[in-house]
Amino acid sequence: MELKDKQISFKEWWRQFAASSSFPRWIITLFFVLVCALAIAQGLQLPKLLSDTVVRFGMNVILVLAMVPAIQSGIGPNFGLPLGVIAGLVGTLVSFEMGLVGLEGLIMANVISLPISIIVGIVFGMMLNRVKGSEMIVSTYTGFAIVSLMSIFWIFMPFKHPEMVWPLGRGLRNVVSLEGIYSKILSDMWSIKIFSEKATGKLIFLFDKTEAYTKANFDSTLYVDIFAIPVFLLIIIALMCFALWLFMQSKVGITMKASGDNPRFAAASGINVDRSRIIGTTLSTVLAGIGITIFSQSYGFIQLYQAPLNAAFPAVAAILIGGASAKSAKISHVLIGTFLFNGLLVISLPALNAMLPEGNLSEVLRLIVQNGVILYALTKIGGES
Amino acid sequence: MYALEMKRITKDYYGNRVLKGVDIRVKPGEIHALLGENGAGKSTLMNILFGMPVIHHTGGFEGEVLIEGKPVAIKSPFEAMNSGIGMVHQEFMLIPGFSITENIKLNREIKRPNVISKAFKNDSLDFLDFKEMKKDARAAMDTLGLDIDEWAMVSGLPVGHMQFVEIAREIDKKGIKLLVFDEPTAVLTESEAQNLLAAMQRLAAKGIGILFITHRLDEVMQVANEVTILRDGELVANKQIKDTSIIEIAELMVGRKIDLKRKDTKGKENDEIVLSIKDMHVKMPGEEVKGASLEIKRGEILGIGGLAGQGKIGIANGIMGLYASRGEVVYEGKAYKLNDPVYALSNGLSFVSEDRRGVGLLLDTSIEDNIVVTAMHIQNQFLNFGIKQSKKIKAHAQKMIADFDIRCTGPVQITRRLSGGNQQKVCVARALTMNPNILFVSEPTRGIDIGAKKLVLDTLVKLNEEMGMTIVMTSSELAELRTICDRIAIVCEGRIEGVLQPEDSDADFGLMMSGDYHKVKHGRGGIA
Amino acid sequence: MEQIAVKPNGEKLTLKMRFREWFIENIVMIIFLSICIAGIIIADQPAYFLITQLLERISRNTFLVLALIIPVVAGMGLNFSIIIGAMAGQIAVIIAKNFNIGGLPGITLVMVLCVPLSILFGIMIGRLLNKTRGQEMIASMIVGFFANGLYQFLFLFLVGLVIPIANKDILLQSGIGLRNSVDMAGVIQANADGLTTDGLKYAIDGIWKMRIFNMVFFYGIMMLAFNSIMLLRKQIVSKIAIKSGSVLSLILEPAEPKADRAYRIRLIGYGILTAVAFAIHYLGMGSTELKMISTIKFPMVTGLLIALLALFNVVIQKTKLGQDFRSVGQDQHVSKVSGIDVDKVRVIAITLSTILAAWGQVIMLQNVGVLNTFGSHMQIGMFSVAALLVGGASVTRATNAQAFIGVILFHTLFIVSPTAGKTLFGDPQIGEFFRAFVAYGVIGLSLGLYAWKRAMGKAT
Repeated sequence: MELKDKQISFKEWWRQFAASSSFPRWIITLFFVLVCALAIAQGLQLPKLLSDTVVRFGMNVILVLAMVPAIQSGIGPNFGLPLGVIAGLVGTLVSFEMGLVGLEGLIMANVISLPISIIVGIVFGMMLNRVKGSEMIVSTYTGFAIVSLMSIFWIFMPFKHPEMVWPLGRGLRNVVSLEGIYSKILSDMWSIKIFSEKATGKLIFLFDKTEAYTKANFDSTLYVDIFAIPVFLLIIIALMCFALWLFMQSKVGITMKASGDNPRFAAASGINVDRSRIIGTTLSTVLAGIGITIFSQSYGFIQLYQAPLNAAFPAVAAILIGGASAKSAKISHVLIGTFLFNGLLVISLPALNAMLPEGNLSEVLRLIVQNGVILYALTKIGGES
Repeated sequence: MYALEMKRITKDYYGNRVLKGVDIRVKPGEIHALLGENGAGKSTLMNILFGMPVIHHTGGFEGEVLIEGKPVAIKSPFEAMNSGIGMVHQEFMLIPGFSITENIKLNREIKRPNVISKAFKNDSLDFLDFKEMKKDARAAMDTLGLDIDEWAMVSGLPVGHMQFVEIAREIDKKGIKLLVFDEPTAVLTESEAQNLLAAMQRLAAKGIGILFITHRLDEVMQVANEVTILRDGELVANKQIKDTSIIEIAELMVGRKIDLKRKDTKGKENDEIVLSIKDMHVKMPGEEVKGASLEIKRGEILGIGGLAGQGKIGIANGIMGLYASRGEVVYEGKAYKLNDPVYALSNGLSFVSEDRRGVGLLLDTSIEDNIVVTAMHIQNQFLNFGIKQSKKIKAHAQKMIADFDIRCTGPVQITRRLSGGNQQKVCVARALTMNPNILFVSEPTRGIDIGAKKLVLDTLVKLNEEMGMTIVMTSSELAELRTICDRIAIVCEGRIEGVLQPEDSDADFGLMMSGDYHKVKHGRGGIA
Repeated sequence: MEQIAVKPNGEKLTLKMRFREWFIENIVMIIFLSICIAGIIIADQPAYFLITQLLERISRNTFLVLALIIPVVAGMGLNFSIIIGAMAGQIAVIIAKNFNIGGLPGITLVMVLCVPLSILFGIMIGRLLNKTRGQEMIASMIVGFFANGLYQFLFLFLVGLVIPIANKDILLQSGIGLRNSVDMAGVIQANADGLTTDGLKYAIDGIWKMRIFNMVFFYGIMMLAFNSIMLLRKQIVSKIAIKSGSVLSLILEPAEPKADRAYRIRLIGYGILTAVAFAIHYLGMGSTELKMISTIKFPMVTGLLIALLALFNVVIQKTKLGQDFRSVGQDQHVSKVSGIDVDKVRVIAITLSTILAAWGQVIMLQNVGVLNTFGSHMQIGMFSVAALLVGGASVTRATNAQAFIGVILFHTLFIVSPTAGKTLFGDPQIGEFFRAFVAYGVIGLSLGLYAWKRAMGKAT
């Protein structure tokens, strides 16, 4: 009898677990552990791969963070992320055109993009207030349409900088290199690296400004690059997360969250739900703008034209993997989800390619995981007829 | 032989007995009225009759159902249809974009096999025979005296005609033996209602048994042959109409033993009017207010009672600005601004909603945040430079949890996990955090267990007596209102039918709730 | 806008009011028509080129667009997941290619193979969409992306590694995974219209081609005959006994018959059309350009398949199943209360759409002649949906006529925009971006307007 009771309770436990929004997190964690094991089994350097994961995490995390205010304000995962991305790209390009380099250039890119993303966010938020209940599909296609429209503008915009425009013909290049502008400026600043000395096998910790660091970085005959921590970038990310957290503790943040949790409750408490949603959308758009500048500096290139088209999907998938749902999200979901999703992709790439060199199994895995997780979240919204 | 017999029907919902051995018998050709207050068990009885899934999911029922003398076990609404019973719903089950014929024949279309459907042996590929369907529709509509084109779109019809289309659908079903009308006249104008009653009599004359659920006692007196009255899940009376009177029916519907435990209220007579409402209209779907006038005195507990759907719920929602309203409202001697929740909240009005989970709570947010969020938004309480003061909030929440005895694991537990009674206490705590001048409480005891009910009611009395707070309590439970209120306003058809004292007679309450009070007392007195 | 629908029945509308209603309802189509006309004028391409291109694209894409109609009727919105149907079609093509079966047997095999695959996929999609009620469109889009991942996994890794492949030509050098493009052309010509006995290219188009004015002539004759019968239907019905509910009765005794005047006007119209076509094709009248145009041939079997599907879309709505689609599409709750198995009806609607999409994809591929293994299906959903919307359809209403008009307008834009872009701005790329913008924009706009109306309906 006792055994039978236990079995039923396990079934029930499994049913609840499979229906909870943290289910994808555990599945992806399992995947992650499996590919890590695979990597080790194949003799790949796991620390180096984890180090790459940290880099990818830093690149993407702000774009994922942009999902938090959107979900909390009740518009759901922001599939209109490309709008903010484009605002960020415009800022980046103008700052580039002005000939600014280094930190100054990066800051200027954000200073310019900020008012654009605020305006875009407000207009976008107003639009989403009119299509309540269909925000996801409408914002997806709004994003697609704007990306295509901007592709026309990229051809027409009067940029002159020789590194940005095609040497022959007209318009901006598909990919603009940030080499010598501010490529990796945040990622490399205050970076701490761990090397191992080939001769002795001893691990050494080196800080970016030191002479030994530079030497170790270039002399691959003597040193093996093991792990890097982009300290400054992580500090920036921590600060932004803290700022968002603080906002969520403020009156505006609390009322915004109340609007998202239960619009009827909010209205009964005298909260202007539509305004809260506009604030959430705007904040999300602004974060997307900042996110793409951080992404670009880390990547080393600005990608134009059709590149922002599918920017939203990996970000949505990442936060859902972290344990968020279409209706509730926390900053911890962003951090966990971004790490797991990018970790899975980074480590699976060499691990799977070692098994199957043809084709890009890691890319296929990304498609399946990314869209599978979004689908899973969608099945949690609908249902009533 | 009876068209329908339900014998000794007993039903429990999670240990809560909602029907206690109810009997009802409907003869063919008879109009049989089924009366009772909200919660008397009418809808449960109908759910059993129609085999609604909710009955099976909660363990079925005890008793016997017989149609034309044969016992039946109806498992689904579809089976009910096949057994020859039909229902005319309160909300229309019509497809607006379809023609009258298509609606009458919905999922009962006349089919004609064709080559392909024969080949696949699948009758869902049969063609529809619109001509035959049209003939049937015409016949059904003629029975009812409905003279409009069979192909007219339902969306363009007046409400009264839509109802007739519903009835036409039911009588088009082959071998219909019993028709249930659930509050059919609620949405109709006076003349439409008269047409409907005439149609009901015509159907009865054809030998169909009719079960007539209504709150309008004058209609019962006009067309019914027999009446069955339920109260608290028990059969109170079964009478021939010719042997009874409207006053007796009203009394039977309401009457129950109430122990008026509350202490004497005569001591606090105070005629200062704190809020006066004149000719107020509120567009709240399902609870529309159509010209209510009411005065609320300082320091009293005013009850607002009435049957469901009559508009009692709409009054507090309108005052709080949650639904579009108009009317002349004076608060503390000044003109009061309607349609503005912020104005209402910042001027000392506070509200505990009847829709606890839908409007009253942030279900996935902590108890403490639930308690303070309105006060924080409206009065900027618990804020320091725009950021919330976590310690102060925690202390306040802990005090509220202690004061109201909210059973929880702590102030950070999310409210979804609380029981109904404890959720209600959180709602009250949130309203009180606003330090209100007037507290509106709607259906405070709905869906919570008896122990918790008493606690909530005691809390309201305590607030009233110790802090002198003016309380307006809206409730479907008349007994509850009569236990704690100083005065009780009864709402019927969107207006205040009258204001009664808790000690007034059952018949007075019954007549007011059915809207017949003034007719009986002043007009056609003594119908019986 | 809403008042139009609830206008009391039988009230006569003035011509001006009717025009206004029509204008408002077809605003998207009218704007598009204007853009197309402007594009044609700016691009200034020869009519021969334009018509050849357009006819090719019509024969290629119309079937896919028509495959979208049933889910719209069933209230499931625009079925972006037809790309999964397209994948089923491609899997079938690859199977046929693997066994090197071409020609008419090959294409028959492909069409037959599409069915079980599509039924399987359709049922899975339908079940998923029943779980994402209210968000069907975003779900159908994402499920397409998801399936694309599985499809790639199948054809990049499993094929050759787990699943043995007989035809090594379609595999990559390494023996694992399919080539990016699979050539469907055959070598042994079966007729002059491109049909081969060993390839799948033109396996439908090439069966029978007809010069376009000849085709118009015969079409005109048929329509003349049909309209004459309809005009004389009362006499016919009185002469011969017609079984109630039979096909004949459905045609000759419609529930809502049109006025005789409508048939007379049509008779005149088709008469003129037939005469003009006769004059051009048989009498050789008209300018040199017209003569050149008259040499263009249209693939008759493809056209017939499209016509059959259009007919199917109409006929299915006269059946019990079709009535269930409409009931469920209008109100799921009322349908359920009336005893209709709402979930099942929705699964059937999506499954039908998936089968049709698979066939539609095969029709397109046999025309293109090359299967772009990992790309051919990708844009199908978006382009088909955009075409349907351009024709004036909405999330809740779509007809054959809208599909036809939509395909013509949308593909006219596709043909003219690169050239128009080059003429106006000296850059053909602008035209390409413009048409992508238009496709996405028209979908976004339609969905937005629908959601807006729905949100307003909920508010009141």
